[in-house]
Amino acid sequence: MLKFTEEHEWLKVEDGVATVGITEHAAGQLGDLVFVELPEAGATFAKGDSAATVESVKAASDVYCPLDGEIIEVNQAIVDDPALVNSDPQGAAWFFKLKLADPRSADNLLDEAAYKELVG
Amino acid sequence: MSAVDAGSVSRRIMCQTWRPDLETISHLNHTPLHALHLSLGARMVPFAGYEMPVQYPEGVLKEHLHTRAAAGLFDVSHMGQVIIRPKSGRIADAALALERLVPVDVLGLPEGRQRYALFTNAEGGILDDLMIANRGDHLFLVVNAACKEADVAHLKDGLGGSCNVTLLDDRALVALQGPRAEAVLCELWADVASMRFMDVAEADLHDVTCIISRSGYTGEDGFEISIPAASAVDVTQRLLEHPDALAIGLGARDSLRLEAGLCLYGNDIDTGTTPIEAALEWAIQKSRRAGGDRAGGFPGADRILAELARGTSRRRVGLRPEGRAPVRGGAALFADAGGTLPVGSVTSGGFGPSVDCPVAMGYVDAARAENGTPLFAEVRGKYLPVTVSALPFVKQTYKR
Repeated sequence: MLKFTEEHEWLKVEDGVATVGITEHAAGQLGDLVFVELPEAGATFAKGDSAATVESVKAASDVYCPLDGEIIEVNQAIVDDPALVNSDPQGAAWFFKLKLADPRSADNLLDEAAYKELVG
Repeated sequence: MSAVDAGSVSRRIMCQTWRPDLETISHLNHTPLHALHLSLGARMVPFAGYEMPVQYPEGVLKEHLHTRAAAGLFDVSHMGQVIIRPKSGRIADAALALERLVPVDVLGLPEGRQRYALFTNAEGGILDDLMIANRGDHLFLVVNAACKEADVAHLKDGLGGSCNVTLLDDRALVALQGPRAEAVLCELWADVASMRFMDVAEADLHDVTCIISRSGYTGEDGFEISIPAASAVDVTQRLLEHPDALAIGLGARDSLRLEAGLCLYGNDIDTGTTPIEAALEWAIQKSRRAGGDRAGGFPGADRILAELARGTSRRRVGLRPEGRAPVRGGAALFADAGGTLPVGSVTSGGFGPSVDCPVAMGYVDAARAENGTPLFAEVRGKYLPVTVSALPFVKQTYKR
């Protein structure tokens, strides 16, 4: 089951590891992306830290780390082709896999219905 | 889009140029094309006191590419359209009066022609950049939106004795830009093909008398069309009926002008930069330079003419980042990869959709201003290699 943050990240949690990306809504708001910068595997972040950067023609935006944890894998495909984030944001265009410091910490995030309510 | 949503999206944005400010949005002016923008699905943002379309559903990237491939239509009605009418009835009197405020040859500007100009201050800084057209019995100016009230006060102060200065509030201004702009406009006015770059003419478009200049802000061939406000929607819709024409927002306007190496007032030029530092000496004709018929006689002439002769300690240059990461306005520039030798800063930067790579411009020490000079730009704590590069980044296609 997908979880969501108010900062427009989605998470798919399996065995204490969250696959993280940005929502369809966020991708639409940002417009066509031309650059993605991802963290390095092994980096640790606290919830709310800037973990990645996405850039459209006109602006750069942070992607926040949704929970405390360690990056164990990043998706080079979106670095090579940032447009993938626009075409498949909640599928092939995941950003990174995060080993959660506390596997239960995802429980308090928004579920899909609550996120949809948030973005209208 | 709900207010909660807009707030959380804007929190994500680190260096967005047109960040919505929801508290002020209700006080913003509307152009005569406001309702048309909404009907086209534009995303509206505050800009220079107006609610303006930053993009349409196509998005900045596709709008940019469409303009270079076909024709883009921009609402620039927020800009100031000013008429200077000589009280004597002699256009030369208005030209000579205006020359006291700009380092530009206005007297030598023939009827039906337009020229780029700068208002300078006593320190040689730039108060605004503008276009001046000779319309026979008056001068017609187009100035930046954010500066227009100050510009008109400045003009009345400087020219009030000899000229009537009027800021027009009953006209729209649209720009039609791109290789198909002539074909699109030709549908409404067959004679358009006879105009060349920087010509200005009056024409009836669909029975509406418009003032048309062959100019723009994209590096492409194109036109700026001043339309009576009451007919603006009608004329604009007629232009948009052409299959090659697409409405384009301020987002793409910015990336197009950046690729074309054109300055944005407030970013690349302001009261803290002189025309020579800004590499705009081409705008100062011989007649206003030392030894010319009407040398000097504009605010800041001492400094500007001295800089023309001896150069400046810093210069505006083009910058090409080596990688894919855009380098934005405000980034510091260094001579070394360790970021210990500061040499300037970026004033405009982003991604150039037509050149398919990041592009930027900024000011650097004169010793580092030569094309090919390797520099480093600070982006998120890293020092990314950039190269000083010739402007523009795209080939200009003006019809001279």
